[in-house]
Formats: sequence, structure tokens, C-alpha cells
Amino acid sequence: MDAIILQILNGLDKGSAYALIALGLTLIFGTLGVVNFAHGALFMIGAFCAVTFSRLLSVSHEVAVPGEVDFLGNPMMRDVPYIYDILGEATGAAVIDWAVPLSILFAIPVMIGIGFAMERGLIKHFYKRPHADQILVTFGLAIVLQEVIKYFYGANPIPTPAPSAFTGSFDFGALLGFDPGSIIYPYWRLVYFGFAALIIGAVFAFLQFTTFGMVVRAGMADRETVGLLGINIDKRFTIMFGIAAAVAGLAGVMYTPINSPNYHMGMDFLVLSFVVVVVGGMGSLPGAVAAGFLLGVLESFASMPVVLDTLPGINQIIIYLVAIIILLTRPRGLMGRKGVMED
Amino acid sequence: MLGLNKQDTRLLLLVVILTMAAPFILNPFPEGSAMAQFNAGYPDLMQRFVIFGIFAIGFNILFGLTGYLSFGHAAFLGIGSYAAMWMFKVLGMNVLPALALSVIMSGIFAVFIGYISLRRSGIYFSILTLAFAMMSYSLAYSVLATDMDGPDKQGLLQKGLTGGETGLQLTLQDPRILGQQTTAEGNIPVPSLFGLEMRSAAELNVGDWVFTFSAGYYFAAFVMLLSFYLSIRIFRSPFGLVLKSIKSNQQRLNYTGMNPKPYMLAAFVISGMYAGLAGGLMASMDPLAGPERMFWTASGEVVLMTILGGVGTLIGPVLGAGAIKYMENILSKINSDILHTWFAFLPDGLEDFVVAIIYPFIGKGWHLTLGIIFMLVVIFLPGGLVQGGQKIAGMFRGKKAADEKADGKTTPAE
Amino acid sequence: MSKSNLTRRGLIKTGAVAGAAGLTLPTYLRADGHSGFTNAPTGSTVTLGFNVPQSGPYADEGADELRAYELAVEHLNGGGDGGLLNTFSSKALDGTGILGKKVEYVTGDTQTKSDAARASARSMIEKDGAIMITGGSSSGVAVAVQALCQEAGVIFMAGLTHSNDTTGKDKKANGFRHFFNSYMTGAALAPVLANNYGTDRKAYHLTADYNWGYTTEEAVRTSTEAMGWETVGTVLTPLTQTDFSSYIAPVLQSDADVLVLNHYGGNMVNSLTNAVQFGLRERVANGKNFEIVVPLYSRLMAKGAGENVKGIFGSTNWHWSLQDEGSKAFVKSFGTKYGFPPSQAAHTCYVQALLYADAVQRAGSFNPCAVGEALKDFSFDGMGNGPTLYRGEDHQCFKDVLVVKGKENPTSEFDLLEIVEITPVEQVTYDASIFGGELGACNPGA
Repeated sequence: MDAIILQILNGLDKGSAYALIALGLTLIFGTLGVVNFAHGALFMIGAFCAVTFSRLLSVSHEVAVPGEVDFLGNPMMRDVPYIYDILGEATGAAVIDWAVPLSILFAIPVMIGIGFAMERGLIKHFYKRPHADQILVTFGLAIVLQEVIKYFYGANPIPTPAPSAFTGSFDFGALLGFDPGSIIYPYWRLVYFGFAALIIGAVFAFLQFTTFGMVVRAGMADRETVGLLGINIDKRFTIMFGIAAAVAGLAGVMYTPINSPNYHMGMDFLVLSFVVVVVGGMGSLPGAVAAGFLLGVLESFASMPVVLDTLPGINQIIIYLVAIIILLTRPRGLMGRKGVMED
Repeated sequence: MLGLNKQDTRLLLLVVILTMAAPFILNPFPEGSAMAQFNAGYPDLMQRFVIFGIFAIGFNILFGLTGYLSFGHAAFLGIGSYAAMWMFKVLGMNVLPALALSVIMSGIFAVFIGYISLRRSGIYFSILTLAFAMMSYSLAYSVLATDMDGPDKQGLLQKGLTGGETGLQLTLQDPRILGQQTTAEGNIPVPSLFGLEMRSAAELNVGDWVFTFSAGYYFAAFVMLLSFYLSIRIFRSPFGLVLKSIKSNQQRLNYTGMNPKPYMLAAFVISGMYAGLAGGLMASMDPLAGPERMFWTASGEVVLMTILGGVGTLIGPVLGAGAIKYMENILSKINSDILHTWFAFLPDGLEDFVVAIIYPFIGKGWHLTLGIIFMLVVIFLPGGLVQGGQKIAGMFRGKKAADEKADGKTTPAE
Repeated sequence: MSKSNLTRRGLIKTGAVAGAAGLTLPTYLRADGHSGFTNAPTGSTVTLGFNVPQSGPYADEGADELRAYELAVEHLNGGGDGGLLNTFSSKALDGTGILGKKVEYVTGDTQTKSDAARASARSMIEKDGAIMITGGSSSGVAVAVQALCQEAGVIFMAGLTHSNDTTGKDKKANGFRHFFNSYMTGAALAPVLANNYGTDRKAYHLTADYNWGYTTEEAVRTSTEAMGWETVGTVLTPLTQTDFSSYIAPVLQSDADVLVLNHYGGNMVNSLTNAVQFGLRERVANGKNFEIVVPLYSRLMAKGAGENVKGIFGSTNWHWSLQDEGSKAFVKSFGTKYGFPPSQAAHTCYVQALLYADAVQRAGSFNPCAVGEALKDFSFDGMGNGPTLYRGEDHQCFKDVLVVKGKENPTSEFDLLEIVEITPVEQVTYDASIFGGELGACNPGA
């Protein structure tokens, strides 16, 4: 039982990342009708926003350490961040410690800017083009973005730890009456899950309860009619693209303490998130979220030793197997509408 | 000629000439010159050109004619390679039985995968094919690569059916019941066509130029020409017309009382067999089959090749395949050292500057160039390289071409 | 192959007809009297092929390998400070290239994929006339390229490859490996683990689901079980996995008190990070402190895992903090040229390049068979790992193995590992026959 609870937690956590990326993909697809293969790259750029921000905070000057030498026999130099000089060592260290959550503030404008630039500069010209063209051009863009990141940051993963207040894990075991230590869960992963829930909730609320959201939803349902009503749908769509980029970027920022970011993390997530979107049903926001969590949980269950003993290798294929079964039993995924991307 | 109309005959002849003269065309620069770096006329790359050409031609029969975008076609490439390798291991090194089994096995898998995936259309179809290919990849990498002989026996299956990460390899212990098990020198024999080794080659020196004629290349090129001819016939056949009508309007086709499903499945299986043939040829030219041939990026690559060259055109996919393989193999090999030799004539500071500007785009940065070229082609040439070629040809022909267009005589080079 | 090849004769005849045009065999197949092997160097230069990952997850490791090769070429041609040439026990090399021929090189990108690696190796052999191929950062690639070099008739000097298979099941007469392997890791690590963590331990293995993972798990398991440890669980994880939480979680439910992560590269960075997140390092199980072990360490990967590596045991082929003359000389020339200390991948590649050059020099020929003979059972010293033997039966180097541990207080971004023990070579030597496989005959190509 405790094993199952733990795997459900894991599944929800994995599902959070899938759901956030799938949500952004669906927002773009649903509103703009564009299949954005560069969405994984946006997630990756978000993660590198965190890396950049924490590097900016730790920009340092060198101070010689008396009496020590480095590996070549030169005097040993120690890096002292400028922020120590400005805020004092204690405050400076605390700010650097909190770099990841603080970089949210940095990432939001950057990601919205990148989103605007992408939509105005490239995507806009592809509204009328076939989906295959959209896939190809955004895929090309994804390659370019990831190579640019690789050029500046290298191919190795870059550790970006969570604030020290969030290291360690929470003991659910004691709370739920199991043996202490049997169900423990890392604080930061709980934070990530909560953060994902918050973002998903905010996006839904935004679409549901604001006039802007209403217009966008109307645009998703029937773009031409809304345009005929004299509403400038294009501008709103640009803003929607910016929001979707920010959602992917924030998902990336908060993901960095869970796994050290590297330049190909976007591609690693891309295909899975596409499976998630399609299993959820093209163009359905609740479907994307539900499928994200569903596949996350199933993937976690499939990696339990008990399951692997009976079905070796099932952890390798579970997501694809489930995708096939769902698509064969429900022709348009969990909540897809008829006629969307079926031709 | 050969049941083709005049225009198609001309196209086929052009392709025949191009492939036969490839060792000359691809080696335009004299050996030892700075530009020799751009020569592509060595056996391995020429073989890759035609093999991926076959793969892309086959893919185009499905995607170009019916519009169904399979995102898991690399699975058939991998299955073809594994099948050919098993023929080499068990039967002997002749490539013909190996290719036959490649085509048959990939055909069988295509019937199965196609039957299930074609129950859906659009992106749902794409994801189903992707899922099948990724499952094949994962299983080939792990479960199918575990020791199936038991720890103390070292037989044929000591690395499972697929050999896992390393790939399926030939070993000295393989039975090869119809051929020699080891060569007289004690090595593993190489794939051959009735004794004609795929690796053997001859070289022609003309002045500073060196041209290499590889037996493997000409064999693969011959197979490619056959496949190309077959694909022209398919495009022009009533069967091809039905497939095209599926792309343009499936509903209308349904109203005529015609069931498109069997046609679709046939197209899917044919295209899967083409991929299997390409996979078998890959194993014949270089006897090793690795699972990464089935990864989604490999499936994506053939989509890119087809679109880059020109979807639905006959020659486009081959051109796209050539362009991508050229970048992968030539661009990636240029290192900063070579750049410095090229620009050595410039003053030092300027030399370093020019090298620093170019360096991110070549060598280890070749992916970046690839990405940029994709974007440029898709943005400016939606019809792919074929459209680019037509535009250039149009510019040269000037008014004459415009007149022809007015008569409606010029059709895209399908 | 020269015997059964009818076509070539046919083509030679055509060549005679072609006459004036001068149709000859390609260099890599040429069988004329004086050379008799693939890509025999004819001019005043000799070309080596450096096949390293330049794109993909191991690109940084590949870049370091390439730096080492460039340094080796410089030293072979008499440039720089001579590096390890000064400390190498064999004095055949004199800084005038190899056999008086200036060393040139070409590079290729393996992309850490067997197919791509073989394609770039073939292009270097067929197009650029490379006489030897070296490099690589994974065992799958090493085995695949080694098999190709065997077919083509050139020498393969493996780069970073740790699987037993490279010189075990898949060994080839034309292939040579300086790097250590899974078996040696197990043999060196187990006694240190027993000393530090006791002999009454229950281990749980997470293993990357591919050949290297299997051989490493087996080696570590066998040697720790011999020390009295019990293995309570082994789970295979997909290579493409990025989040290991669902594999770490079951460890909490097992009665294990040690977690062994048979992962490398990005897998290792992520699984270790995840394990630390789940509080495994603070955990107490069976009345003992829970411990994590990473059998194969690399400094570059340790950097990716950041703080998480502190105090965690593993093994490595070489480390720049070694204080013997060879290591000091290498760190000095590498550090002076590039500004930071070399990685173990750089070291093994540099040494392999020098060993090849030395073997050619001693053999007096570039013929792969002669080079192979010169490398077989060759004993040398002064290359940073102490006295080393290139064993003839399987072309594997036998030398001391380093057991290392993540440093608690690193002084720089390169100072991440500290050496715990230098395990003497006797302890890690094994019988060549235990892994099976056949070397076959050396193949000089044409």
C-alpha cells in the first residue's frame, strides 16, 4: 500500500511536467491551429533562464587565497560573487541560494518576449500552411534553439540546486500512520506539483472568467466568425502564444532542481508531451492535463519491481502501449473533438 | 519506353545518368586541394545517398500520395536491417537472400502496424505509428538484447535477438550454413553478391583527381533505380490515382462506393517494404544493425528528407536524402584546424575572426546549420528543393518557360 | 579477402585497358608489394582518425578527448613540452612524427550512435586515408567501430569504453583498449566498500538497461557478494529515462541499506540527484547509515551532479591529482595549453595515441599486424597509471585502478573527486578466457 501511494505521488509529479508542457502545446494548437514542435525547446530555454539567472547572481571576481596553490602551481584563486560585496556575505549567499525560485521573475518577461518574437516573426506566417510545414519549421527552430544553448552552455548537465530550505523530504509515512520513513517525498517535488496545479488552475481560470479568455475560447471554437465580429483576434493570439511560452518556461525553471538541465532536455520531453496531447485529444485542455497525469501515474506503476518481475521491459513501452490502446478504443483520445487534425 | 510517358522516361534517364556518374559528379575537386574536403565521392557516403534515397522514395509513396504522415517509418528500416543480419549470420554472406528476408519481414510488420494504425487518421495515425516504432526501439535496446542462451553457453543468442546498444554483429562463431564461416585468413567474411564483395572498389586517377568505383555502391544504385522505376509506375497507375484521391478528398471517394482502406494498407505495406529494403541494404554495405535506426529521430529524418526535397514529387525525396546525408557526413568533419588552413591567406587577426564566425556552423555545430536550412527551405520553398530547382530553371528559361506555363504544358516534375 | 575477390582482378584488367587514365586500386584496398595493408602512408605524412562524440549528450567528453589528441599530435611532431614522451618508459619516439612521417589528423562525430560512428569512421578510412581510428565515449560505439576497423584492416585504439565486452565477448585482433573495465571496477571497489561500510550489507542495484549496465551490475554484484554482501534487488532502468523517482521510491520499501547506481553520463547525474532528493543519504536502514555507490565515475559527470557526489564511492581510470611523474607531466602540458586539468577520457585518449605511435616506431612499420604484434604483451611505465601491461590474449591493459570518492570540500570546479585507494594491478587481473569471445586473426586489409 505504501508503495502504491509513493508511486501515485511520483506519477503526479511526472504528470505535472507532462501536463504543463501539454497544456502549452494545446493552448497554441487550440487557439492558433499550429503544431509547435519547438515547445520542448521553450521548456528547455525556461530551464536555462534559471541557469543564466543563478550565474548572473554569482558573477564573481577573484581573490587570491594566501598560502595555497592550484594544480599548475600558480596561487590559488577563490571566486567571490559581487553580490557579496553589495549585500554583504550572508544576504548575498541567501539570494544565491534562492536563485531558482527568484529566476521565475526573470523568466516570465524573457519567455513572453521569446513567445512574442516567435509568433510575430515566424509562426504567424504559417497559419495557412499545412501542418506538416508547421511541424518542420518549428522542428528546425527547435534544433537551432538547442544548438545555440549548447554553444553557450556546453552539453553537460548543469546542477542548479533548490534552496536549501527545500532540500530533504517530507515524511508522509508518519502522517498517514505507516512506518516513519516508508513514504517520504522530496520537498521540492511537492513544491513542483503544487506549482503545476497552481499554473494549470490559473490558466483555466483565465480562460473561463476573463473577457479575454472568453474571446480566445470563442476563437478556438470558430476563428472566422469571431474575426467577422470585428474583434482583433490576431493580437489576442499573439498574447496567447506568449502565455503558452511562459507556461512552458516556468515549467522548465521549476524543473531544474529535480534534474540538472541540459541542452537536449526539451527534445526528451517533446515526443512524450505530444503523445500526451494526442492521448488527451487534440485541442482539449482538460484532456491534455488528464492524459499527462494518467500517463505519469501509469509510467510510475510500470517501474515497480513487482510489475517488472512479471512483465520485464514493460517500463520501456508502457506509455506507447497505453497510447495505442486509448487511441484504438477512443478514436479522438480522451476528450478530443471530431474533425480536429484528422485529415 | 518501359511503359513510361516521355517526360517520365526523361526523368528516369536523368536519374540513371546521375547515379551511374555519381563517382565523378560527387568528386569535383582534385585530391589534396583545400576544397577536397567537400568531395562526397567515397563509397560509404555514396551508398548512404542511394540507400536513404530508397527509404525516402518509399516514404513518399505513403506520405506524398495519400497524405498520411507516418512518424514511425524507421521501425521498418530497423527490422529490415536485423532481418538481413540474421540471414548473414545463419545462411551466408550473399546479399540477395538477406534483402529478400528484409523485404518480407518488414512487409509482415507493416501489415500488422498498418492494419492497426490506419484505423485512425491525421495526427492520431502519426502518433500510433510513432508509438509502434518507439516500442520496437525500446524492446530492441533492452529486453530483446538480453542473453537468451543462458550464462554458460555462448551461442547465437548470447546478445539476444538484436544485440542491444552495440547492435547486431557478425561473429566468427556464426554458422553461415550455406557459405564459408570464416575466411582463409581467419576473419569474418564480408557481404557479397555471388562472390562480388560489396566492399571491393576500384580507383581511377586522372591528373590530380581520384575517382572511386565501389561495387557496393553500384549494386545499391541499381536497386535504387529499380525502386525508382517502380515508384514512377505506382504514381502513374490507377492504384496511384486512388491514393491521390484519398489525399485530396477521402469523403468524396467514400461516396463513390469505393472502400479506400485496402488501398491505404497496400500503400503502407509497399512503403514499409521499401524501408525494409533500405535497411537490408544498409546491413549489406556495413554489416551491423543498431536499434537507434528505429528511434523517433530516425523516423523524423525521413520526413525531413521528403519535405526538404519536395513532397509528392518523384525526385524530391532522393534529393532531400542526399542533402541531409551530405551535411551530416561532410559538414560535421570540418574542424577548426581545417578552417585555419583555408583562411591562412588572410592576415592573422582577420583569419581568427573569420574562423570564429564560421566555426559555430560547421564541425560539431552542423546540427545548427541543418536547423537553419530546414527553416529557410520551409519558409521560402514550401515545395522543397524541387521547387527551388524549378524556380532557378524558370529564371534561366525566362520568357520561354512562362509561355509554356501559359499553355499548361509544364507540370511539376512529379 | 584478397583471394576470393574476383572483381578486383576484373577491374584491374579494365584498368589496363583504360591505360592512359591510370586506373588503380583505391589506397585502402591497394595490395601492391611494398605495403600490403590498408591506407599505407605513401607521402611524408601519416593520417590518424579521431572519432569522438561532438554532438549528443557526451559532446563535452568528446571535446576533451579531442583536446588530448591535438596535444598528442603536437607532442609527436616535436611541439610543446613533449608531455608524456619524457616520462614514457619506451624511448622509441623522438618527436619527429611517426617513422619520420609528420602526424596529421582528421576528426569525425560519433554522435554516440553505432551507425553514425561507423559512418564517420568509414569516411575517415575511405576518404581521408586514416591508418588508425581512435576515440569514443561509450562501449556500444567502441564495439561497433572496433568491428568495423577489423573488417577494414586498420588499428582501433579504443577511447573511453568500460564494458567487459570490448575486450571480452566482442574483442577483435585489430582493437586495443587502455581504459579499465567493469570487472576491474568490481574487484577494486568491493574491498574498499567492505572496509568502509562493513561486510553485512544489503545492496539494491539500479542498472541502465543496456550491455554496459549488465556487465557492470554483474561485476559489482559478484565482487560485493564475495565480500559477504547480499543483493536484495536489481531493477533495469530505460536508457532514455530522465526522472528516476519511480525507481528510487521502491528502494525505500526494500530492506536495502546500500544503493548501487550502475549508470553513466546523464543517467548517472539524474539518478544520483534523484536518490539524494529522496533523502537516501540521511536515511538509516537496518541500524546503519544508508549509502550510495556509483561504480564508474567521470569528473565531467560529477560536475553535472554538483553537491550530490560528496562522499560517494566509485572508481575511475585516472585522475589529475595523481602525483606520479607521468600524471604530473600530462596535467602540466594539458593545463598549460587549455587552462584546466584533463579528464580521464582525455588521459586515456592521449595515452592511446602515444602507445600507437610508439608501437609503429618499434615495429618499424604501419602494417596493423606488425603494430598489433608490437602492442601485444607490451609492458610500459610512466604514463600515469604505474607499470602497465597490454595483455596479448585480449588486448586489454592491466594497471592499477583508482577508487575515488566525491570530495567534501572542493577547492575548484575541477577538484571534485579525491583518491581513496590505488588498487594494485594484481587485485584486478583476471583470466582472459572468462568472458569468451575470440580475437580472430589480425586483418591488414588489402
